Amino acid sequence: MNALWTLLTEPLQYAFMLRGLIAVIMVGVVCAVVGSFVVLRGMAFLGDALAHAILPGVAVGYLVSGGARGALFWWGLGAAVFTALGIGAIGKGSQVKEDTAIGIIFAGMFALGIALISSVRSYAVDLSHFLFGDVLGVAAHDLWLIGIFGGLVLLIILTLYKEFTVLSFDPVLVVTLRMPATLLHYLLLVLIALAIVVSLQTVGVALMVAMLVTPAATAFLLTRRLSRMIALAALIGASAGIIGLYLSYYVSVASGAAIVLVCTGFFLLALLFAPQRGLLWRRSA
Amino acid sequence: MNLHKLTLKPIFIRPEAHDTGAPILEVANLNVRYNGYMALEEISFRLNRGERLAVVGPNGAGKSTLFKVIAGVLAPTTGQVKVAGGSPGRHICIAYVPQRTQVDWSFPTTVAAAVMMGRFGKIGLLRRPARRDWEYVRECLDVVGMTSLASRQIGELSGGQQQRMFIARALAQEAELMLMDEPLTGLDVPAQEDIFRVLETLRAREVTVMVATHDLQQAAERFDRVMLLRYRLLGLGLPDAVFTAANLQQAYGGHLHLIQSENGVLAVGDTCCTGEPA
Repeated sequence: MNALWTLLTEPLQYAFMLRGLIAVIMVGVVCAVVGSFVVLRGMAFLGDALAHAILPGVAVGYLVSGGARGALFWWGLGAAVFTALGIGAIGKGSQVKEDTAIGIIFAGMFALGIALISSVRSYAVDLSHFLFGDVLGVAAHDLWLIGIFGGLVLLIILTLYKEFTVLSFDPVLVVTLRMPATLLHYLLLVLIALAIVVSLQTVGVALMVAMLVTPAATAFLLTRRLSRMIALAALIGASAGIIGLYLSYYVSVASGAAIVLVCTGFFLLALLFAPQRGLLWRRSA
Repeated sequence: MNLHKLTLKPIFIRPEAHDTGAPILEVANLNVRYNGYMALEEISFRLNRGERLAVVGPNGAGKSTLFKVIAGVLAPTTGQVKVAGGSPGRHICIAYVPQRTQVDWSFPTTVAAAVMMGRFGKIGLLRRPARRDWEYVRECLDVVGMTSLASRQIGELSGGQQQRMFIARALAQEAELMLMDEPLTGLDVPAQEDIFRVLETLRAREVTVMVATHDLQQAAERFDRVMLLRYRLLGLGLPDAVFTAANLQQAYGGHLHLIQSENGVLAVGDTCCTGEPA
């Protein structure tokens, strides 16, 4: 028991681990709550695209600030909101199908981001931080930003919970109830963008979609009520963050990857053993 | 699910008061052009309050498009739709009851919560359902005979129950005009009879109902009037006048076998599904 206690507390004597832990918990919760609506509306691809498409914004921030971290958040935020609204407008009278258009823009923006970052000589290390996150580099200042913007996202979802629910279940009903359908759609995109920017430092853009989608999909397998699904997703997201961080400390693997792998592990467990819906359950029935 | 096809409207809509003198629905010279082809052409008709109309026509004839325009979900290219004297986009009293396949039944919600969604327009932004909203939902479920299923997961319902849940949702919306997109398709006879019983209750409440259906016989026997549609309005009125051999030939072409009998024209084997875009 004592040994376990030491195992858990030992990493926390380092301030950077403690900050990392607080960051992954907040990020896990925010991403999972937003991600529940991403999963229910079938927007996983869009979320992935959005995450990748903010790279050029982050890159420009990186170039103008000469590698300083402080400005990155705001550049990322601007890029994410801009892209979210841009993606929302795709498909209106366009020549190609919506998902094709998103694919083209997402890869193009991603390439632009890499090109920009690669113009700096020692770019490899920084690029990998943007792509895969650097949770141990989270500063106290970052925690405040994550807390404020993450809190804002949660507050908006809580306030418009019933509107987002109908939007996810039956978008036509939203229109016949004369709710602001277009506004809600764009607002959800902006909330996804905020969740992405908030998690930029913990998991990076490449693995972002996992934080949005995997905990929510896991919770979806385990419950049949939306409110419970969201709460459970938040719990799974936060615990995956904690477990992943400890794993990365003790096994010394990249923290972003460790967190995502734990999420994936949770999902596989639910897929196999979920009551009634699990694969094993169905076989024995 | 494609929001881009939905019309853009003012963000916050204040519902209009009803002009009680006006007919519940009036459509004039309606044209809808969709990706370059005419989905609906020169449609004009009016409906009386409490009337029950069957809308018949092959797949892709424009039934769903017509419903969506009336519901204010889709903007007409030209022409006018008036619901109780006003534009559909300003009314909260029009319910579009979707085809069952248009909704994801694995969505994590209960029957009562799904019916409650119909009340969200009345409840308004930023407010939560009050106790009387839940009571109202319970009454709506009672009308469709589903009180005992209130706390079920929606995925556990049978086809007929799913359909009645949608009608309960339209009731919760306090709809005066209900547009039902093929509510009877794929249901067995007892389930269809359940729906007709509910339609009877709706008539008593003076709710006007438009039902898209493939069943010509049912349309002829169970509705006040019938509408035959294929891009254009081929006929609207009593079944005898509308379901003539010439009209049906025009609507279905070679896909329908017509048999002349002493009772009139019988339609056999509505092999619909011509693969045209719905």
